[in-house]
Amino acid sequence: MAEHEYSFSLTTFSPTGKLVQIEHALAAVGSGGTSLGIKARNGVVLVTEKKMPSILVDETSIQKVQLLSDNIGCVYSGVGPDARVLVRKGRKEAEVYGTTFGEPMPTGQQARYLASVMQEFTQSGGVRPFGVSLLVAGFDPAGEPQLFQVDPSGSYWRWKAAAIGKGMVNCKTFLEKRFNPDMDIEDAIHIAILTLKEVFDGEMTKSNIEVGVIREDRVFRNLTPDEIQDYLQEGDI
Amino acid sequence: MSDPMSYNGGTVLAMNGKNCCAIASDLRFGVNNIFVGRMHRIFPVGKKILVGYSGLASDCQTLNETIQLQTNLYSLREGRQISPHALTNLISTDLYEHRFGPLFVEPIVCGLDEKNEPYVCGADLLGCLSKPTDFIVSGTGMEMMMGACESFWRPDMEPEELLEVISQCFLAGLDRDALSGWGCVVHVITPTHTRTVYLKSRQD
Repeated sequence: MAEHEYSFSLTTFSPTGKLVQIEHALAAVGSGGTSLGIKARNGVVLVTEKKMPSILVDETSIQKVQLLSDNIGCVYSGVGPDARVLVRKGRKEAEVYGTTFGEPMPTGQQARYLASVMQEFTQSGGVRPFGVSLLVAGFDPAGEPQLFQVDPSGSYWRWKAAAIGKGMVNCKTFLEKRFNPDMDIEDAIHIAILTLKEVFDGEMTKSNIEVGVIREDRVFRNLTPDEIQDYLQEGDI
Repeated sequence: MSDPMSYNGGTVLAMNGKNCCAIASDLRFGVNNIFVGRMHRIFPVGKKILVGYSGLASDCQTLNETIQLQTNLYSLREGRQISPHALTNLISTDLYEHRFGPLFVEPIVCGLDEKNEPYVCGADLLGCLSKPTDFIVSGTGMEMMMGACESFWRPDMEPEELLEVISQCFLAGLDRDALSGWGCVVHVITPTHTRTVYLKSRQD
């Protein structure tokens, strides 16, 4: 009984004005597998590394690039099970939005919603912050491609190209050199894979990375291993 | 108790034109056969959409207030005006949420969409939508007005002609309905502005 009456939020300000739990959550993200996204002129691509703890794990049973609705996809870096909660909530919200307004949920609204969920978990009692950052990709109602990053603190931004996880710093440096706002989505896919290769330990194959793309048809789709293989070969990787 | 849908009386009519659309309503507010006063039953949602409500006056106002609340929040949240299509869906959802204790309202949405194409759509009191290509009527004068509209509506009317047609159809129907009247108001929505005209009609 007594425990219920003292259900403090774990995220309490430190004397220096920091929320250390959020910083620890960011550390969890920083040790997660690298994910990155690039916004092209006519689409968005998300790429992530899919490192298995053992070669005995069947990697086809794990999916890191996931759909939130037909027109929005996301990828995470950090604690996998935490991401699953966000994906479930995001999918439900997209469905509610669709049935209420009869129109697909805009990417910006989805990012805002996920950010508000993550913020809530920095201020509620009896919970901990999410150990994940998300990249959310889709189109806005005006027809512009969009790429969002959502952090455990509940902050979210729009990026032209973004990276999260272990190789974030190196990926960003690489992307800063390679990014061009006028590039085609096909070029963006190649650059995204090339960027991931920069920070990839060991050999990159069709089964240890995942690629999700949304093109002008505004349907988010995961590439099949065979399609990834084609891109790897074209890029001579 | 008498039928809530005809307790206060009132009629709303909306018509499609070419890159324009129009909506009209009467101004009577009564209690069964007794005239009480005048009221408006058409309200703007954003710049290029008007919603007309017929049915029980109190429920018309309640639905309008919840719709205004939700569309105001929508435009703050999304940074854009709601489209007539999304608005109609929202109204439909709101109405069906009261499936087993409904608001006695039959709303009509009339406006221009993002491409300035005319959009006219009606709903029944449970939120079942009907989206015609020509015109839609709801309220106590519906049967009378339907005939006039079927005779006079033509496709691709310009704003001036549309105003004339909707006015004549509305007045013709109005005179045959005892629960509607006491003047009427017509709005014609064009991409640049909305024109509002008050018409004199029988004051009895």
